[in-house]
Amino acid sequence: MAEAMTIAGKPGRGDGLFHALCFSAAMVLMATLAGLIVALFIGGWPALSHFGIGFFTSSTWDPVADEYGAAGPIVGTLITAFFAMVLALPLAVGIAVFLVEFCPQRIAHWVAVAVELLAGIPSIVYGMWGLFVLAPWFAEHVQMPIIMNAEPGSLMERLFMGVPNGANIFTASLILAIMVLPYIATVFRELLLSVPTHMREAAYGMGCTPFEVTTSIMLPYIRKSAIGAVMLGLGRALGETMAVTFIIGNSHAFPQSLFDSGSTIASTIANEFTEATGDMHVSALIALGLVLFAITFTTLAAARLLLGKERV
Amino acid sequence: MAQVSGSRIVRRKLVNGFFVALTSLATLVAVGALVLILFSLFKNGIGGLHASVFTQDQPPPGEAGGLRNAIVGSLLMCGGAMVLAVVVGILAGTWLAEYGEGNRLAGVVRFLNDVLLSAPSILIGLFVYELLVRPFHGFSAYAGAVALALLATPVVTRTTEDILRLQPGALREAGMALGAGRGLVIRSIIWKASRTGLVTGGLLGFARISGETAPLLFTSLGNPFLSFQLGQPMAALPTTIFQFALSAYDDWRQLAWAGALIIAVAVLATNIIGRALARGSAHK
Repeated sequence: MAEAMTIAGKPGRGDGLFHALCFSAAMVLMATLAGLIVALFIGGWPALSHFGIGFFTSSTWDPVADEYGAAGPIVGTLITAFFAMVLALPLAVGIAVFLVEFCPQRIAHWVAVAVELLAGIPSIVYGMWGLFVLAPWFAEHVQMPIIMNAEPGSLMERLFMGVPNGANIFTASLILAIMVLPYIATVFRELLLSVPTHMREAAYGMGCTPFEVTTSIMLPYIRKSAIGAVMLGLGRALGETMAVTFIIGNSHAFPQSLFDSGSTIASTIANEFTEATGDMHVSALIALGLVLFAITFTTLAAARLLLGKERV
Repeated sequence: MAQVSGSRIVRRKLVNGFFVALTSLATLVAVGALVLILFSLFKNGIGGLHASVFTQDQPPPGEAGGLRNAIVGSLLMCGGAMVLAVVVGILAGTWLAEYGEGNRLAGVVRFLNDVLLSAPSILIGLFVYELLVRPFHGFSAYAGAVALALLATPVVTRTTEDILRLQPGALREAGMALGAGRGLVIRSIIWKASRTGLVTGGLLGFARISGETAPLLFTSLGNPFLSFQLGQPMAALPTTIFQFALSAYDDWRQLAWAGALIIAVAVLATNIIGRALARGSAHK
């Protein structure tokens, strides 16, 4: 293609205009991102300047008293995304290794499609499934037995206490894990496929078992990009809105246990924005948006840098 | 010695067997989750899926009704969004693939587009609220369509760039040898050769936005009546599902499940068609 560029002949009629059109379309994308930052900053500034550092450290979110501290949602966002990754990562690695190393070629394609379809399910469907199917099941078969069997005052009780309705930080993380799983697994699979064949074959030739080839050759080879893939999944988990809004229980307090209800930045915005009456409330929500933007942008940018040429 | 190495082989084989079992289990969990979700979707949704869902507007609680206003609203806003996204996305992707070679700025645009591709959709909603809703003092279908367009554009841009890069340089040289300028070569040769891929990009973009709820909550808001006025609030299927699912009324929840089934089937079908097209053109 580079050659084609250099031999570019005389410009035709309208070529300049066409080039300009294409260029401005690309600039629309830049403007979107710039506009996003500016809009969030302007909208969130009143709250940020009014509450200062307290906006990040206080967990008092009280629209009636017009006082907003975002520590609860911020911590909720980080915790749910973290647990989601803890749950999703081993599964994603397992799926990718299975598809590349062990799965019969004939069905590998279909299994891969099925996994990718998980990414196609709209998040509101995940939310409904979480609220009406997963949460009741979880409350009855996991939460209740644990609560009944935990000794009063034990660490177990402190860790798992909460209203037994299944809508809590843990189930939100579980849903998030299923949602980000296909993204990470797909990237991992492509990364594993990019490992040079001769490296694998050399290892097999030395008599390594598939387990040894995977853990000593393949995974170390893709290490850097794999971190990128994980960050990409993390970026998704941090910003996911609707599914979490359905199932996290929506309490702004600082979460006290794993099975406590909580909130994330995105769920708080989704729940309250249209009902926010005071200007300060709106501004606080937009400031939350700015915080979310800063977190996800950093994560996603780092992911892209780590993934490098691997564009997924 | 022989015994020692023998037991070591057994151990390595055991570890390996365990590993294979674990990876299969992981795959089973993912496929199982898909099956479980689709199963409950059909189980709960199919019962409410009458013809009235498509012919009647949303009811007050306790009365019979459908989702016509929401389906029409979704189609209108997604349609408008796709027109915008396809025009901007294809042009931007073309710039990246054809004019952006070795260009620093193109590298930046490509990077930012990749970030936008996975940016939280609720932030796009906030942005459009600040851009179009607050200044004009009102929620509108326009704002909803713009929010959706901003989400679909990065998808279209990305697929366009990828597909144009697959076209062989010889194709461009052949066009230029005939005396065509660069723009003409792109428009009438490269675009034509990439037609299927461009359609795929559009379909994937559509699949990305048709189930989106968060960016519509504070742009198009929702509307209990059938409306074709783009300057007014408009219902959309995902926002109506959100409202109905969290309500306390059984009829509304039933409609929410039916709506969720419709939207999931539509999105998954679009996804599958898009992928099939992409594979078909890659094989050619």
